[in-house]
Amino acid sequence: MSEGDLRRTPLYEEHKSLGARLVDFAGWEMPVQYEGIKAEHNAVRNHAGLFDVSHMGEVVFRGPDAEEAVQRLVTRDVTRQETGQAGYSAVCYEDGGTVDDVIVYRRPDDFLVVVNASNREKDLEHFRENTKDLDVEVADESDDWALLAVQGPEAAGILQDFTDADLSNLKPFRFVEGAIGGAKTSISRTGYTGEDGFELYLSPDDAPHLWRELLKAGATPAGLGARDTLRLEAGMCLYGNELDPETTPLEAGIDFAVHLDKEQEFIGQEALRREKEEGLGKKLVGFEVEGKGIARHDYPVRAGEENVGRVTSGTLSPTLGKAIGLALVSPGVEDRFEVLIRDRPVEAHAVQLPFYKREKK
Amino acid sequence: MNVPEELQYTRSHEWVRTEDDTATIGITDHAQDELGDVVFVELPEQDATFDAGDSFGTVESVKAVSDLYTPIGGEVVEINETLNDSPEKINEDPYGEGWIVKLRVSDEGSELLSASDYEQFVEEEG
Repeated sequence: MSEGDLRRTPLYEEHKSLGARLVDFAGWEMPVQYEGIKAEHNAVRNHAGLFDVSHMGEVVFRGPDAEEAVQRLVTRDVTRQETGQAGYSAVCYEDGGTVDDVIVYRRPDDFLVVVNASNREKDLEHFRENTKDLDVEVADESDDWALLAVQGPEAAGILQDFTDADLSNLKPFRFVEGAIGGAKTSISRTGYTGEDGFELYLSPDDAPHLWRELLKAGATPAGLGARDTLRLEAGMCLYGNELDPETTPLEAGIDFAVHLDKEQEFIGQEALRREKEEGLGKKLVGFEVEGKGIARHDYPVRAGEENVGRVTSGTLSPTLGKAIGLALVSPGVEDRFEVLIRDRPVEAHAVQLPFYKREKK
Repeated sequence: MNVPEELQYTRSHEWVRTEDDTATIGITDHAQDELGDVVFVELPEQDATFDAGDSFGTVESVKAVSDLYTPIGGEVVEINETLNDSPEKINEDPYGEGWIVKLRVSDEGSELLSASDYEQFVEEEG
């Protein structure tokens, strides 16, 4: 794809004027960093960061069978979700492999499903193909929404000054319709950083103004580079790394988003049930590198002389100052193994996830 | 972009300072800027020898790994061990405290770029 074909978010000009380094991410021209990944990462951990994640896709399920359609498509039991509640979920193929990981919002009259930008077209096809028999409209509203994420311990304080909505009463994974700086906004207490924070869905026309105001109020612009190191420290999966069509959500360790006892069957439920009974094909582990070097995506994992898996994500953790990573390995792998860093075996050991957990007030 | 006049450059974004038979090698200001925060430098062994064009180590930023190439053949006489603990020196001072290795030159290798040629190369590449 040539650069001219890249999609741009409503905040593209803001990124340019801030001197961001822009890269092709899933066909979108996105800011990977402004000042630097470490500084942005630390700003989110200690203060507040502002991300443009407008590339994410928004799919709305409307109509009499909307609930049945969503219930069929996602691994979470959405009948347990109240209106105003958001839920992290996987979407699976019949064989249990992962189509995408998504956030499902139950709204008063419909469901909003937020999908990864890289999977938008594939997801829409999967959603429509598998709900043909139902009375439901599956609408791609991705272009109607800008999405800002304000994340960090100071996020609530900064945002509260812009809205009448009482944020102190908005619990994690809850959302509320309100106004921020006068702009109609869905305010969701969710994020992808391991910090407290909010995701704001608003009109593309209102986004640049709010972006500038939030920066003025003290949020630090943060790019996809910091977003990746933050989510990795928080032990969160990234589709294309930890999750893909060859990996089930159980293998990727997101069992909490899979309700195998759901009354209405979801696509892949049978396969996942069987996998749970018969044992996982592989498992996701978090690890720290002991020797010199940084493990990266797709580096082989070895135990003894045997290849036992591969690194799915790895970086130098800015918060911990250590090389950390996630790997999909054979279920029998013990707590010690080696990562092949450019053909050099380096010792690593498994650690409990997440690598970083914020102190809750 | 800072491109000191007195240094020579490679198309893989290293700089070289030659004094008598010793060549000091590092990465350019442009290279460190492209990489972002450097978090790890894999240095060669003392006394290791390299042919011109060999990879002698790697520089890693949070996001990416980049191989280091020497345009000159020779034996390693000094490595910048400060980089083990402070790899960020490469970002802060790429032509000074962020130097990477010193070689005793045995083969001057192929032609290097002047500062103005390198600047032009970066512009065309960009």
